[in-house]
Amino acid sequence: MTSKTKQEWREGCLAPVIKRSPERQDKFETTSGIELDTVYTPEDLVDFRYVRDLGYPGEYPFTRGVQPNMYRGRIWTIRQYAGFGSAEETNQRYRYLLEQGQTGLSVAFDLPTQIGYDSDYPQAKGEVGKVGVAIDSLQDIETLFQGIPLGKVSTSMTINATAPVLLAMYIALGKKQGVDPSKLEGTVQNDILKEYIARGTHIFPPRPSMRLTTDIFAYCAKNIPRWNTISISGYHIREAGSTAAQEIGFTLANGIAYAKAAIDAGLEVDSFAPRLSFFFNSHVNFFEEIAKFRAARRLWAKIMKERFGAKDSRSWMLRFHTQTAGCSLTAQQPYNNIVRTTLQGLAATLGSTQSLHTNSFDEAYAPPSEEAVTVAVRTQQILAHENDIGNVVDPLGGSYYIEYLTNELENKASEYIAKIDNLGGAVVAIEQGYQQREIQDASYSYQREVESGQRAVVGVNKFVSPYPKITGLIRVKPEVEKRQRERLAQLKKERDNSKVSQTLRCLEDVARGKDNTMPAFLECVEAYATLGEICDVLRKIFGTQREFLVF
Amino acid sequence: MAKQGKIRVLIAKPGLDGHDRGAKVVARALRDAGMEVIYSGIRQTPEMIVEAAVQEDVDVVGLSILSGAHLELLPLVTKGLKKKGRGDALVIAGGIIPEDDVPALQQAGVKAVFGPGAPTKDIIDFIKKESAK
Amino acid sequence: MTSKTKQEWRENCLAPVVKRSPERQNKFETTSDIELDTVYTSEDLTGFDYLEDSGYPGEYPFTRGVQPNMYRGRIWTMRQYAGFGSAEETNQRYRYLLQEGQSGLSVAFDLPTQIGYDSDHPLARGEVGKVGVAVNSLQDMEIIFDGISLDRISTSMTINATCAPILAMYIAVAKKQGLALDKLDGTTQNDILKEYIARGTYIFPPKPSIRLIADTAAYCSKYLPRWNYINIAGYHIREAGATATQEIGFTLADAIEYVKAIVDTGLDVDSFAPRISFIFQTHNNFFEEIAKLRALRRLWAKIMKERFGAKNPRSWMFRTHIQTGGVTLTSQQPMNNIARATVQALAAVLGGIQSLAVSCYDEGHCIPTEESVRQSLRLQQILAYESGVTDVVDPLGGSYYIEWLTDELEKRGAEYIAKIDSLGGAAAAIEQGYQQKEIQESSYRYQKEIESGQRIVVGINKFISPSPKITLLRVGPEVEINQKNKLAKLKKNRDNTKVNQTLKRLENVAQNNDNTMPAFLECVEAYATLGEMCDVLRNVFSTQREFLVV
Repeated sequence: MTSKTKQEWREGCLAPVIKRSPERQDKFETTSGIELDTVYTPEDLVDFRYVRDLGYPGEYPFTRGVQPNMYRGRIWTIRQYAGFGSAEETNQRYRYLLEQGQTGLSVAFDLPTQIGYDSDYPQAKGEVGKVGVAIDSLQDIETLFQGIPLGKVSTSMTINATAPVLLAMYIALGKKQGVDPSKLEGTVQNDILKEYIARGTHIFPPRPSMRLTTDIFAYCAKNIPRWNTISISGYHIREAGSTAAQEIGFTLANGIAYAKAAIDAGLEVDSFAPRLSFFFNSHVNFFEEIAKFRAARRLWAKIMKERFGAKDSRSWMLRFHTQTAGCSLTAQQPYNNIVRTTLQGLAATLGSTQSLHTNSFDEAYAPPSEEAVTVAVRTQQILAHENDIGNVVDPLGGSYYIEYLTNELENKASEYIAKIDNLGGAVVAIEQGYQQREIQDASYSYQREVESGQRAVVGVNKFVSPYPKITGLIRVKPEVEKRQRERLAQLKKERDNSKVSQTLRCLEDVARGKDNTMPAFLECVEAYATLGEICDVLRKIFGTQREFLVF
Repeated sequence: MAKQGKIRVLIAKPGLDGHDRGAKVVARALRDAGMEVIYSGIRQTPEMIVEAAVQEDVDVVGLSILSGAHLELLPLVTKGLKKKGRGDALVIAGGIIPEDDVPALQQAGVKAVFGPGAPTKDIIDFIKKESAK
Repeated sequence: MTSKTKQEWRENCLAPVVKRSPERQNKFETTSDIELDTVYTSEDLTGFDYLEDSGYPGEYPFTRGVQPNMYRGRIWTMRQYAGFGSAEETNQRYRYLLQEGQSGLSVAFDLPTQIGYDSDHPLARGEVGKVGVAVNSLQDMEIIFDGISLDRISTSMTINATCAPILAMYIAVAKKQGLALDKLDGTTQNDILKEYIARGTYIFPPKPSIRLIADTAAYCSKYLPRWNYINIAGYHIREAGATATQEIGFTLADAIEYVKAIVDTGLDVDSFAPRISFIFQTHNNFFEEIAKLRALRRLWAKIMKERFGAKNPRSWMFRTHIQTGGVTLTSQQPMNNIARATVQALAAVLGGIQSLAVSCYDEGHCIPTEESVRQSLRLQQILAYESGVTDVVDPLGGSYYIEWLTDELEKRGAEYIAKIDSLGGAAAAIEQGYQQKEIQESSYRYQKEIESGQRIVVGINKFISPSPKITLLRVGPEVEINQKNKLAKLKKNRDNTKVNQTLKRLENVAQNNDNTMPAFLECVEAYATLGEMCDVLRNVFSTQREFLVV
């Protein structure tokens, strides 16, 4: 009647049912190819020891969360990635979001800004203000944060190749507002390795890029102690088509490369490691995502403690921002995206994220409208305040399935890290195209699954139906580019151009040598040198990196 | 209709619907706010409600309706009250009532409509304000 | 560095943090006042025995699910509650839903139909076709299911006081379609006790009402073996403001009352118990809702096995439909309701339910439009086919928090049952107003928590912003007029002597103790109207006034 073991149950209870009516699929797998059993029981966790494998929240290995009471103390930071058009428009959006109860800002920059070109550069044509806000000089940053006291918000900036320049602008603005740099709070993405792997907004070759990265580490450790100097990003690796296990493996391997580079530059591990932060995707497979976050935390704690010998417990903590999966949104039946985003947002919070961006339902069409972004913010507020997700820490801890899956993902990710170690580390592996190739393979097989119907996407390859037209889409007008160019021309006319040339020359000297570049960047931006001018100096010295083509 | 003493309120559910959580919660809240509350129970016809309002000599009639029959039933209550010489009673309504229907109800003499999510404090304040007129 | 016990951790790791920055609330509680610790660990499950408390899915006590492989075999039935206006409109909506991938039907009836009045009755004024479809006679039922073969779908009907005649109409349609009755698959709600407690569509006093239920149980056990003749409802109890533990306790107490009544008529428990089914709600508190469903399964299995001595494992199985919480929807910022419904639907699925209806985002305003009901269906399809939550059975099993909360809810649900037992059972307790009073207390307190801001409702008492306008569905007055005309025509054209004959026979059967179902079937097939049949019963059984408790 009642089975004593899983095997007994499988034979006595399960088998007859399956024989009578076959299951929906021959086998059930996660996106990382982990094959799933019908049910998980204590038998699947025979080696499992509570204190060793899970531990308490706020303690090594942090599987259950980095703070002891997590969201009972403070709800995660609600941080919507936003920015489009001109600095004025974006400033309005920020003020709107803060009014709606958002608790942190997240700046999206346009592509010319990300690749170090001013708005008047020929190749910037058509791109100005499109995927984010256009920033040419300190002047634009001043407009962007008009009326927002930098001492009171935390700001995350998705900026990589040009991270030190934008950070310098932010510091300069803080100084103008009378905010001491030590009071500034926020994050620069500053993760160049994943740009080569997945996102593409790199400028220089890996090695000088890594130097700029570690310059930020060293500068912030000394001057802006509460700044997250890097946000090592799995998000874009996942968006590019990787599996969940690859997302952790490749991202932590990048983390290892940065830590090594910083140590090689003479920094002590505990001086910079507490400010390393991460950025992950929350994708469609609900439980795999929750387990992924838990596995990433445990794995990073072990890496920092065992591999790098970090002693400060804050160096062991993997703190991360999450964004729900942009690539899971569909243009068809856009309200379905609210459902997807809710599930993904929930997975992130059950995985104990520190901050969260929920996508807006119209993002498959355009930058989110005010209405859509409001629903996205409300979704987080519902999770926090109505669903009471945050009342118990790591609520899924102990679940046989979740713990099993956490172990599996940790194992698979460790294998990727070992493989990359073998190749000589993340930088060398990228140069050889290893990660890129792996991601291409995974992404291709995912696409084939969707096209064959083996993997359902509701409204796209299954349950297709007509859908209402979304109204109120945001369109970035061509005037933005024109205005931006005019403003730039005027700036160049009015600023003290001899001072600009002087600071740029000084930057050139520093870049050729070994000193930290940050003070030189700060001088340039304070003289209103433009981003393009600054990057031109560096392009001359560092050279530029072509794509590592792998096919 | 400024009067001495406690405000007397009839909370009634016109029609056949039996979902009475909202009606009962409002009844309790008005009582806690110092009003005298008579609760009719469910399945009241407009005629029964008018009758009760007259008999109990109430100042306020609160109608809770979720079934969608509000445009048909609520005007029958206000008409009936007028006919019986109680057109002075303050009639308010709550329930699932689309915004577009509110003007028609107001024209029929329903002074205010409180939708889902309306705080009981708003209802109390409204009654007090109108009663003081 | 690393704590060995929870106490050690509490002192060394937690206390300093809480001292440095106080928590958001002084204490954290579920909606049922269960106080929550910061974290749950293996220490919170010291008495926990896997085989005894959890067991394997498909085996007693079914904590982990009633089937061994659950949704790996078949996805839950997607069954949106639908019906409005005329039979023709409702028929169109059903065809639309089936075409969009829905797997079962769920009929909403208008209030006159639920209370046994024809559309031309004075009390039906303004109500015809409003909250559901108007059904006066077999004719309407034929139209509702026109072009839908009853052996291909399963149909759930939310009908209680008038369940027996409505079920008779469904059977009559099946016979006209030439189908054998043992092919019929579906559910009738038929749960009168919760009508007295919470929903209000009763007609007769409890005793004759329960007799009608026992009649359908006996009839279905014999002729409609796949029919769930009762769908005992916690949904409306929760909707009326009960807590999760009250929902468990009051609903299972009602169920106990029914089982007792049916056993008292001389039926063997295993002959009818396997077809007992339930409907519950999933509310906002995500984990409490999941734990509630697991606790319900375990508690019901124990009740059926230990209290009623059922031997057939199918008698022990708690099978349930879920509707997400209508009461949690807001008319403000309606798209927020999609997020709410997603979390609630996920809780239902993680709780291992059998069928699901997702409330629509516009239900704070009106009856769902085609667009909003399709959205609810898509929500279910995303959960079923994209999210991967259907790949493993009871994925949360073993979680310290969930297992602890499951125990706690079971214990507290059982306490309510014991209290009701001591009052003489569910019917006696209702007559004393016990459940009604308890629910009123809970719902009033909940409202006060919202108004004091202690409980946040997004868009209502916090994060308020303008709401975009949405398109509404309206049922026009012509429905009532058409329905009355149709009824008048029917009464002129049918064989009225035969109608009188069958109504007479129904009266005789009702007066003695025979099963009423065959008599209803005869009436229905002669096109006697629902109002006429209920008038006969009102004469014989008398009517029940509200058990007023304020």
